Amino acid sequence: MDAFDPLILARIQFAANISFHILFPTITIALGWALLGFKLAYNRTKDGAWMDAYRLWVKVFALSFAMGVVSGITMSFQFGTNWPGYMEKVGNIAGPLLAYEVLTAFFLEAVFLGIMLFGFSRVPNWVHTTATLLVAGGTTLSAFWIIVLNSWMQTPVGYEIRDGVVHATDWWAIIFNPSMPYRLIHMLIASALTVAFLIAGMSAWRWLKDGGGEGVRRTLKAAVYAAALLIPVQIFVGDLHGLNTLEHQPQKVAAMEANWETRSHVPLVLFAIPDEAARTNHLEVAIPSGASLILKHETAGVVPGLNDYEGDHPPVGPLFWGFRIMVGIGVAMLALSWFAAWTIRRRGVDAMPRWLAHGLVAMTFSGWIATLAGWYVTEIGRQPWLVTGVLKTADAVGPVGSAMVASSLTLYLIVYSVLLTAYIAVLYRLARLGKAAANDKPMFPVPTIAPGPAAPQEEPA
Amino acid sequence: MTPFIDPWWLPVIFAGLMGLSILLYVILDGYDLGVGMLTRLEKDENRDLMVASIGPFWDANETWLVLGIGLLLVAFPLAHGLILTQLYLPVVLMLVALILRGVSFEFRAKAPPEHKPRWDHAFFAGSLLTALCQGYMLGAYVLGFDQSFAAVLFCLLAALGLVAGYAFVGACWLIYKVEGELQKRAVRWAEVSLWATALAMATISIATPLLSERIFDRWFRLPEIIALLPIPIAAATLFIGLAIFLRRPLRAKDELSWVPLATAGILFALGFVGIAYSFYPYLIADRLDIWQAAASPEALSIILIGALFVLPVILGYSILSHWIFRGKATHLSYE
Repeated sequence: MDAFDPLILARIQFAANISFHILFPTITIALGWALLGFKLAYNRTKDGAWMDAYRLWVKVFALSFAMGVVSGITMSFQFGTNWPGYMEKVGNIAGPLLAYEVLTAFFLEAVFLGIMLFGFSRVPNWVHTTATLLVAGGTTLSAFWIIVLNSWMQTPVGYEIRDGVVHATDWWAIIFNPSMPYRLIHMLIASALTVAFLIAGMSAWRWLKDGGGEGVRRTLKAAVYAAALLIPVQIFVGDLHGLNTLEHQPQKVAAMEANWETRSHVPLVLFAIPDEAARTNHLEVAIPSGASLILKHETAGVVPGLNDYEGDHPPVGPLFWGFRIMVGIGVAMLALSWFAAWTIRRRGVDAMPRWLAHGLVAMTFSGWIATLAGWYVTEIGRQPWLVTGVLKTADAVGPVGSAMVASSLTLYLIVYSVLLTAYIAVLYRLARLGKAAANDKPMFPVPTIAPGPAAPQEEPA
Repeated sequence: MTPFIDPWWLPVIFAGLMGLSILLYVILDGYDLGVGMLTRLEKDENRDLMVASIGPFWDANETWLVLGIGLLLVAFPLAHGLILTQLYLPVVLMLVALILRGVSFEFRAKAPPEHKPRWDHAFFAGSLLTALCQGYMLGAYVLGFDQSFAAVLFCLLAALGLVAGYAFVGACWLIYKVEGELQKRAVRWAEVSLWATALAMATISIATPLLSERIFDRWFRLPEIIALLPIPIAAATLFIGLAIFLRRPLRAKDELSWVPLATAGILFALGFVGIAYSFYPYLIADRLDIWQAAASPEALSIILIGALFVLPVILGYSILSHWIFRGKATHLSYE
């Protein structure tokens, strides 16, 4: 594989762009609903601590949203600049799905975001709450359409090929294609977990510094509870998603498990160094019959191996490791969130041992890593196809030369590293500026314009 | 599904929708980018106020670009690939610039105060580079992606022309949204950028027919020329009328402060109609027309149904947002 092959460069560039991009929707999808929760809690109780939480996290939302929007625009242009073969072949299906995303979701989010961020004092409270609801709904709707398209590329149905071009025959089948429900739910919960650990981690960081205020304790508790509730659901959904993949893309599962031969009593490999050339694993540590048990629910279950797909299966190393990173983080999330929830439930936030808070801080961005690892498994697992069985990745790449792609890639990487650093630095800055317990000064300068419908500066309860 | 109207019309309708999106983008994000470039001329409080004047709108405004380019992608997939691979470098630079512009909005307000000047620089540079790249792309597109030296020179002129145009509509936006001394300076900026914009529009209008015999014929044949004459006459009248309007002192109680912005919008629309008329029905000059480039009628019909329902709603809530944030800009606050 030549490192300066334009195909590889274009793939790295797309991967870099979409990896950077997905960090932010992963936060905004669930954070929108969390904000709606804070807002509704405030509407119900009129307790200023909820509004403190809202004001802090709405800033994180605004920043994440802006990062997501600008990096998302890059994606829509890349289809044309680097992958013209994609729309030429499957444009009749990808086109309407992308169009519906822009029409139904993007404008909804973008317009009401302005009202959600800056409209609190200009509109009645219910309009502001509705704007929050519409933004949260918009981000989720956007996730829905893009997951529909991605899932259709994994498990395409409802189409026919006329004159070498894909035409839709059944939109219902295309939208509800076999892997869509599993991937969508798995991603939505992944977003919720990412946000739960982000809020828990940043709140724990602030709590360790100076205790924070009532808002910090509230959000820490809410985030830990949400994580503890969601992680078992996510493990269950992830298992269903894996079984669905086994049914429709068995070569992907074979690569995830580094299972080279179709056989019964397939072990569950915990650690190994897969060797693609020799088609075997080195230094393997495995639970006998484990994979057969998980995938076929019996120890003698026959699991398809990579030998059935020689020359037509994804690379093994990235899938094997990506899958293990994702699952490993999931297990760590389960252990930490359950222990923290149990401690907080029994003794309250302030009685939490410091090491536990440090653990939450360490896990602040764990959701990002797990989500990226999972997407790497699913996307690299589709190779060598761009649309399974319909279009090879190599056949979609455009005529732009290596030097040009290498330059644009370098430029993107520099910009993305700077922005990611600035983003994380600003998150911690915002968390530091949040209201402290002993200090009743408002978090942000009070505007000179008329106060909002509800006085926001009440004493915390 | 079966198309519910004559399939011949579908590419025409989509070309119209795409054109409308791009025109709306150029006017709406045009004022954002213009204000972004003009921030260099002010400091501190005034700069914050200028940024605040576009704060609630820029995101939705930029979405018209996503829709425009999205319609090109989904309705004319063949043209999307051809155009964007030709424009690879300016597109990449524009995307990086749009990224910088978009995130600087947030970072300049949320980063530590000592970093604010840096994000202000990024905001200005992002706005300027976006305008330059879009102008360059407009030039390259008009010339059918000719790579000769003269063509590149023309593209660079077009890049400067669009910078002037965006600065013009940005200044007009500020006349409408701010008051006092800043408003008076915005009038000055509008006066200067108006003539640069007029010059740029005249240059492109004269160059386009000279470069293509087909376009020349479309404009200068009888009886078309009589039907088309109102376009340049209207543009010239509006330019001169607005120049006179701007030279007179501002009205009391801020009356008519919306006039320059509305005039700028109409001028952009006239220029756009001119280019669209020159090109129709081609998407790439003399090479690829809208029927050759279109996606299948089934795919277009299903998008059209959605668009017909959703576009009025989008227009509705965009107007709602402008109404909520009507009046003079104040410093933005999350309160």
